[in-house]
Amino acid sequence: MTDRRLPARPTDGRRSGAAAVAGRWSRWALRRAAGGIGVLWAVATIVFVAIRLIPGDPALAVLGGPGSQASADAVAQVRQDYGFDRPLLVQYAVFLGRLATGQLGDSYAFRTPVATLLGQQLPVTLTLAVAGLVVAWALAIVAAWCSTQRGRVAAALTSAISVTASVTPHFWLGSVLIVVFASALGWVPAVSDGSVRGWVLPVLTVAVPVAGYLAETVRDGVVDAQRSAFALAARGRGETRAGLFGRHLLRHAALPGIALSAWAFGSLVSGAVVVESVFALPGIGRALVTAVTQRDMPLVAGIALVSAAAYVVVLAVADLVERAVDPRGHGAGAR
Amino acid sequence: MSGIAEPSLPADTDADAATVRGRSERFRGGTLGPAGTVAAGVVALAVLAAVWPALLGGAHPLAVHPTQALQAPSWSSPFGTDESGRDVLARVVAGTRASLLVGVVATLVGGVVGVVLGVVAGLGGRLVDAVVGRVTEVAFALPLLLVALVVIAVTGPGPVPAMLAVGFATAPGYARIVRGLVRSARSSQVVETAVLLGRSPGRIVVRHVLPAALWPVVAVGTLGIGQAVVWASALSYLGVGTPPPAPEWGAMLADGRTYLLTAPWMSTFPGLAIVVLATAVTVLGRALRRTGALR
Repeated sequence: MTDRRLPARPTDGRRSGAAAVAGRWSRWALRRAAGGIGVLWAVATIVFVAIRLIPGDPALAVLGGPGSQASADAVAQVRQDYGFDRPLLVQYAVFLGRLATGQLGDSYAFRTPVATLLGQQLPVTLTLAVAGLVVAWALAIVAAWCSTQRGRVAAALTSAISVTASVTPHFWLGSVLIVVFASALGWVPAVSDGSVRGWVLPVLTVAVPVAGYLAETVRDGVVDAQRSAFALAARGRGETRAGLFGRHLLRHAALPGIALSAWAFGSLVSGAVVVESVFALPGIGRALVTAVTQRDMPLVAGIALVSAAAYVVVLAVADLVERAVDPRGHGAGAR
Repeated sequence: MSGIAEPSLPADTDADAATVRGRSERFRGGTLGPAGTVAAGVVALAVLAAVWPALLGGAHPLAVHPTQALQAPSWSSPFGTDESGRDVLARVVAGTRASLLVGVVATLVGGVVGVVLGVVAGLGGRLVDAVVGRVTEVAFALPLLLVALVVIAVTGPGPVPAMLAVGFATAPGYARIVRGLVRSARSSQVVETAVLLGRSPGRIVVRHVLPAALWPVVAVGTLGIGQAVVWASALSYLGVGTPPPAPEWGAMLADGRTYLLTAPWMSTFPGLAIVVLATAVTVLGRALRRTGALR
């Protein structure tokens, strides 16, 4: 997708290099933003349709679920207040209109603004997911080093560990880590207490399965790169083993992994939902499970939109990192 | 993951006659490798446990013995007992059927939906491709668990909804892979040659494009079964999959959470079962792919 467009007007040709780069960057940002808004709109629509598909009266969801003893008057009142009596398309338009102006509405179940709830809970989940992604990458790079540079035994062992890690359920890993490191050894607290030490186990728990995936992807890439001409050339120049790995092989091998990172981030958010429940962390994951089962549409929409927005941002960041790391185009800027 | 694009063109051209013979020969030779052989053994054991749980489990998975609650592992109950005195080994063995079934069915659902979407996108015009591309992109933006939870909210909790939920949530991944494979097969030399030879479009699609796209998906799907087992048990853990007291690994783990520090065996063994089965399926899938049985 290199920008091969010829200057459309003569003035374009005289633009300074910096201005041209700035132009390319703004075009890139614009395209990303437009795509992101499209995704958010689609996610909002899916949530609207999906919540309507859940059987039961939406007014009852507001009044505390199907088991509530709400009077017919109260139901009718809620139906009118929330506009459930209006045509679906009107409700959809109102819903989208509010979202477009940044109003996420009030949670049916908690009776508080969704924005407030997200403000309290989002930092927990984001910390978990972002720290998890960083730790996963660190583990993956170490694993790739061990499985390609340390002989056959280490390779077989690392490969076995990464396969196992990639299919280890979060909820089980979390329990095992609690039993071993919090209960038996007493190194870290079992239930998060807000301190840095309290984050160790939850972050490790979300990171390990993703690290398993990334490790295998990076390993495959390094094996590929080792056979290439540039690796041979670098070795001929007297590059050390670590230098070859860090400066050449890894840059090549990290690309598919970076492209996977946005997916991995989504997987980390899914993992966070489970891990928050294991470690009693007050994140959006736990709120999500209750919100979906209670048809709390504003809260589901809020969480879905935030996760989707985070995905879009991570995708853009992954794209940037990929450009920066890609050995084929140094500082190529927006392509 | 990067292995998805592996099936190369030269291999495809002589595939027709050679594979059938080659496949049976390789199976006779048993070139799964040591890891693959062990994995095949574990999967065979799991299938046996799923078909005939009483053979391995011994005790009844639902039999309650309140006097023997929370017993540590011993000779009479190797995995210990849970809070109602039920034998954990018997429950782990009995849970194999649910997990294996969910894993296979969910992957089939995801694979079929994904293949249909991917083939439509790969063969269709630019508009169709763009629409399917957008749809999968949006599906990727939603965390898998959110999609699964919403599907279950619509259908109600239970094992079958869990299969559908995990299946639908994994479908976009398959769709993306198939689309890429169909596209590259479409522009391959084999297809170009077939077009030049004047073959009909239908025949080209069936003979050259679909096989090139489907076999890799079968391989990826084998790897996906392990993931599906894990996700389905996560749903049970969150309380929206298989309801208690049915023996299901995720539900057993949720159950064991309360007794995590006093009776860790209640959580350890069902979790270990998930990890062992999922790893075995994954390793077996890779070994099969390597031997060429599932290219």
